Amino acid sequence: MDKQHIQPINRRDFLKIVGVSSAATAPLLSGCSSKGATDVASIPQGEVPTDKMTYRTSPKGERISLLGYGCMRWPTLEEPDANGNVIDQEEVNRLVDYAIAHGVNYFDTSPVYVRGQSERATGIALAKYPRESYYLATKLSNFSEWSRENSIAMYKQSFENLQTDYFDYYLLHSIGNGGIETFRARYIDNHMIEYLMAEREAGRIRNLGWSFHGTKEVFDEVLAMHDTVHWDFVQIQMNYVDWRHATGRNVNADYLYAELQKRNIPAIIMEPILGGRLANVPEHVAIRLKQRKPQSSIGSWAFRFAGNPEGVLTVLSGMTYMEHLQDNIRTYSPLESLNEEELAFLEETAQLMMRYPTIPCNDCQYCMPCPYGIDIPGVLLHYNKCVNEGNVPKSSQDENYREARRAYLIGYDRSVPRLRQASHCTGCAECNKHCPQSIDIPQEMRRIDSFVEQLRQETL
Amino acid sequence: MICFALITLLFLDFTGTIHAWFGWLAKIQFLPALLALNVGVVIALLALTLLFGRVYCSVICPLGVFQDVISWIHGRRKKGRTRFTYSPALTWLRYGVFALFVILLIAGVHAAVALLAPYSAYGRIANAFFAPIYQWGNNLLALLAERADSYAFYSVDVWIKGGATLAVATVTLIVVVVLAWKNGRTYCNTICPVGTLLGTVARFSLWRPVIDTDKCKNCNLCARMCKASCIDSKNHSIDYSRCVACMNCLDNCKHDALHFRFAYGAKKANTQSTPDGDPTARRSFLSAIGLLASGAALKAQEELTKKRQYQVNRTQSYTDTRTMLPDPKTKVIQKVDGGFATIINKEIPDRATPIIPPGARGILHFTQHCTACQLCVSVCENHVLRPSTNLDRLMQPEMSYERGYCRPECVKCSEVCPTGAIKPITRADKSAIQIGHAVVIPHNCIVNVDNVECGNCERHCPTKAITMVPKDPNDPKSLKLPIVNEEKCIGCGACENLCPARPFSAIYVEGHERHREI
Repeated sequence: MDKQHIQPINRRDFLKIVGVSSAATAPLLSGCSSKGATDVASIPQGEVPTDKMTYRTSPKGERISLLGYGCMRWPTLEEPDANGNVIDQEEVNRLVDYAIAHGVNYFDTSPVYVRGQSERATGIALAKYPRESYYLATKLSNFSEWSRENSIAMYKQSFENLQTDYFDYYLLHSIGNGGIETFRARYIDNHMIEYLMAEREAGRIRNLGWSFHGTKEVFDEVLAMHDTVHWDFVQIQMNYVDWRHATGRNVNADYLYAELQKRNIPAIIMEPILGGRLANVPEHVAIRLKQRKPQSSIGSWAFRFAGNPEGVLTVLSGMTYMEHLQDNIRTYSPLESLNEEELAFLEETAQLMMRYPTIPCNDCQYCMPCPYGIDIPGVLLHYNKCVNEGNVPKSSQDENYREARRAYLIGYDRSVPRLRQASHCTGCAECNKHCPQSIDIPQEMRRIDSFVEQLRQETL
Repeated sequence: MICFALITLLFLDFTGTIHAWFGWLAKIQFLPALLALNVGVVIALLALTLLFGRVYCSVICPLGVFQDVISWIHGRRKKGRTRFTYSPALTWLRYGVFALFVILLIAGVHAAVALLAPYSAYGRIANAFFAPIYQWGNNLLALLAERADSYAFYSVDVWIKGGATLAVATVTLIVVVVLAWKNGRTYCNTICPVGTLLGTVARFSLWRPVIDTDKCKNCNLCARMCKASCIDSKNHSIDYSRCVACMNCLDNCKHDALHFRFAYGAKKANTQSTPDGDPTARRSFLSAIGLLASGAALKAQEELTKKRQYQVNRTQSYTDTRTMLPDPKTKVIQKVDGGFATIINKEIPDRATPIIPPGARGILHFTQHCTACQLCVSVCENHVLRPSTNLDRLMQPEMSYERGYCRPECVKCSEVCPTGAIKPITRADKSAIQIGHAVVIPHNCIVNVDNVECGNCERHCPTKAITMVPKDPNDPKSLKLPIVNEEKCIGCGACENLCPARPFSAIYVEGHERHREI
């Protein structure tokens, strides 16, 4: 977990790329050392700017930083403290302080993030700032129990957790998961939609919108409600791969964005970097991007793409590490727009990436906890990592078979304890209904398990 | 000393590298060879003893060398080196123990036999005390390797495999250390049945240390250096049944009165060859043995290159410290994202018949041959083997599947067993040896308990002995429960280990008294 915007490349790859491009890349490494903000003056890229952030203005005139803070991946403690807290609050405070000092003013959380503790931690970190100095977004995440009573209780609890009396942005969370029936059950049949519109009237919700993962039909139907509900914004998954190559049942982002533009609804972007998958890319894709712009991180391409369209209000990034935060602030201070040629270059890059059989897991943890203890994202991410690093051998005749086998198996045991590995998956499919990327998780678990068995038994 | 270090490594190494090279060191141990009916080794050891005395005790036996190490540590202290005195043999005790040992061996009281056998006693000590230290050291390196993004080391689980055996090993360790610290080789010369047997032969050994009465000045230095307490310098006699051929006396005689020579030739003839009896004799003698050993090692290396090595990785030590969230203050019902479900440890089911490894043929053959040295337990990388706590088979290994199962690609225990209790088998043999069969406990199965689909046992059965069939025979769409075809099941425990039901699996393996091929 915590890999939203992973250190783009590991050290070994990094050194290779330095050889390919130029020694000028070195600042990136020093920038990524954990010495913090005070040290960055000495590096050629210069200090992280505090006053150059690009802002976008909402129809209501709110001036919102293009970089929005996603609060789904707060740094966690090795083990929960005495009060059961899993979030490293001190670290969260440090990140929030740094973000605000560098112009970030949008914070997006949910009652279910980080084992349900994200809202509270975010509220604590923001408490010392004047309420009007930042914009707060949270969601009605009534996934498991959507009765009116429980939904309202959840809504009210968010005020308490976030220590506020109004929300700037309030979202119907993850529309599309479970299809249109689930949407109707969660918001229409229980009349929550009317309730929330009334709350907007009362001023406790400044903007009402929804986040979307699902099929075109659901998107169209919910968007059509604009006439009666008036959606102030919609949050969509957009990045240079999903623009035209959405996976699973997801819809291409070019369609989603165009539909919003038609109605002048601002778009808020989630998954700009696919949980780190657009930063941790196959080696030759990394080289390609680095050659083009040696001084910029691989992830910065994804952020420039996501922030590029004018109709985008803010781009959310779940930044676990200070280095990610600094890198993203640089990318958007100010945003350097992509020209036609660069857009074509990213489309080619997306097509290259599509050839790698990675599993479209963004480590969002919605599937967790698995009732039988499997570390689902851990298993999938290790597989993806090995795909990217060329450590998923096709047969024992492969040139690097022995090294790849060792790297896969030892790395597997290191990243996922044996009892949480794919071999323990029962196939109950409880996880599938939570996955916003519509991955058939039990099927992937079986595939990875049988691959691992072949490696262990050397029968590949 | 080299033998000792290498044998210890046999118990420590979990990668199988050392075994490929020096696995034979365990197989030339006297009692294991005897039980394996390895006639060649037994005759060779007896012949060696007849020629040169109890070289076995000072070079090959790890418990013997271990005592020397303890004794040497004491010897480094002031006057420690010359702390020994001659003492008459406790013949009644020696032969009493030996007779008892033979009776127990024949009577089949294996726990007592295992208790007295010197190599096994050392094996238990190494497995109980040295192996964990070695593994923790390895885990530290693995941690560093992980930081450095290297796959050179991987961490292993360290756990107490059997309380009773640990207790026995502890007592043995204390007894041996105390005896060795005080009086050197007391254990070897009063208790050890192998020592007694070899001593009887060594009494007539052809080459041995002999005191030259003409040169001896009765300074008693040799007796004070003799860790076997077998030199009676007043009478110029040596008790060869107790002499372990360590040659300490030769090295330290200031009057050139002690020589390692042919005992039955004319004494005159040997006066000229006296210079050979100087300390170099001992060195060249030991180095000749070393040469033999390295020759064998080279041969083993060739075998190694022929045989492709397994390097299956191991589990990380696993402790789940992440607990579920405490109850929130408000009563909002929400499924939150992230975190892990707690996994309860599996518990050992009550098995009517113990499971023993493929290659063991059957419980009778196994118990008669195993000396409980724990070598197989040390190398079992799937954490399946552990010493039994049952009195009949105390300390002898048995299998259980809470931590892992008997994986199809592993035949390590059969490769290392020095006594022939577990006969060598190949991977192909293993897939067809039935050591037990699986039994379903439907009321534990999550299909019944949680009302969900599963079938993990079926998916992982290497012999396809498990089939999922609808709960309701009249409704083909009802959830499916496993059934076992006992004829196809080999008892590997994949189903039991990977069963999601905890702490007791919904499917477990019953051992078979006699293994059979299917």
